[in-house]
Amino acid sequence: MDKEELKKRIFELVEKSVGKKKLKSSDIQKIISADTGVARDYVKSALRNLVDDGTLIYTYFGGSFVEIPSKE
Amino acid sequence: MSTESDTPLLDELEKGPFPSFVSEIKKAAAKNKMALDELKQLEKSYRDKRGYWKHGGIVGIRGYGSGIIGRHSSLPQEFPGVADFHTVRVNSVSGFFYTSDSLRQICDIWDRHGSGLLNMHGSTGDIILLGTSTEKLEPVFAEFSSRGWDLGGSGSSLRTPSCCIGPARCEWANIDTLDIIYNLTQEFQDEMHRPAFPYKFKIKAAGCAVDCIGAIARADCSIIGTWRGHIVVDQSAVAEYAKQGMDIQAEIVNLCPTGCMVYDGRELYINDEDCSRCMHCISRMTKALRPAGEKGATILIGSKAPFVIGATLSWVLVPFMKLEPPYDEFKALLKKIWEYWDEHGKNRERLGELVIRRGMREFLEFVGVKPSPQQVKEPRRDPFFYWKDEDFRRQ
Repeated sequence: MDKEELKKRIFELVEKSVGKKKLKSSDIQKIISADTGVARDYVKSALRNLVDDGTLIYTYFGGSFVEIPSKE
Repeated sequence: MSTESDTPLLDELEKGPFPSFVSEIKKAAAKNKMALDELKQLEKSYRDKRGYWKHGGIVGIRGYGSGIIGRHSSLPQEFPGVADFHTVRVNSVSGFFYTSDSLRQICDIWDRHGSGLLNMHGSTGDIILLGTSTEKLEPVFAEFSSRGWDLGGSGSSLRTPSCCIGPARCEWANIDTLDIIYNLTQEFQDEMHRPAFPYKFKIKAAGCAVDCIGAIARADCSIIGTWRGHIVVDQSAVAEYAKQGMDIQAEIVNLCPTGCMVYDGRELYINDEDCSRCMHCISRMTKALRPAGEKGATILIGSKAPFVIGATLSWVLVPFMKLEPPYDEFKALLKKIWEYWDEHGKNRERLGELVIRRGMREFLEFVGVKPSPQQVKEPRRDPFFYWKDEDFRRQ
């Protein structure tokens, strides 16, 4: 799968979970890998790109999660 | 002029012969508004018998998921200097060796961007820089990063691995703790800076069972140097210790945890087969006893501070492993351990708690380590290993 497409899938997953469940990095890797059939390392790499460019951020609320940054 | 102090309760902590953190905060407060408000808020906490800090949230360095711990005052109007008071964790040096130049560099940067208060070192081993604002985080990181420093671990990640001074200054080190920790830190940068574990994971390496780094009580994975061989006894040095007034029977033999020693009033005999390499006798009689044979490490897992099930000490996973660069065997084991934890661990469940919950048997099967008597956590109590029916059937 194309990396840009993978990044889009990851973002959509995080977006859908807003207000429902905070996702850990490993949750995202497991879900996307199972859904798309691509290796977890590849998902991890796409997730890293999203964090590096600021599209997603890490947060800490009694554990480390991946979330969409607030617009403020 | 009033002589009444603004901080009467904290002043009590300056009395007595010991160094006081209050005195140090006061020194910083004389030239830094953040430190001054920190002092005032702390006094209020002591007076009201409650804390006024909130922690966590979304602060951090772009691309990193750890190294910054967001901290905010719940009384920002009253103490504006500490409205934001974030902690920055800087990856320490293996064995905590610094030049005075590097220490000055750290302090100068922190005086410019933070409260000037720091803690050498936190229990994870990092250099802990206490108190800066959100807008200063990126500049602080840029300054440290440009000088070759990096952030340490925090949150649900691999925490900054740490070790004792090892062979750099200790003749009893059975492994090169400094190199092991440096190597692991370089190898597992991703695990440190991009949290993906169920909870924190700490690695600590000690050169011998004296365990100056406290690995057995603090690390999810403890690497403790040991040897496979005997203890060489210099009987003339033993006699010298006795002559100098050491009660060898009481101080050495009676305190041997496995009872593997005999002292006949002239010579000391050790049954090496029963020795558990605890280092008690060697550390007390350094001139008379010396380990000999193949050097390596015992790998232990599971220790942690109280949380879900209370404090636990590590127990043995691999009784003896040769630890030589590039440490591939250890790294492969670590990856299997993390895989198991990732597969079965609940959010905020430490590795030790997981293994206790699901049993040692499943864990050993998963990570591919054979059961051995050394893994029995508490002799004569729970064997910590669940047998299946087929184990009892005749082959």
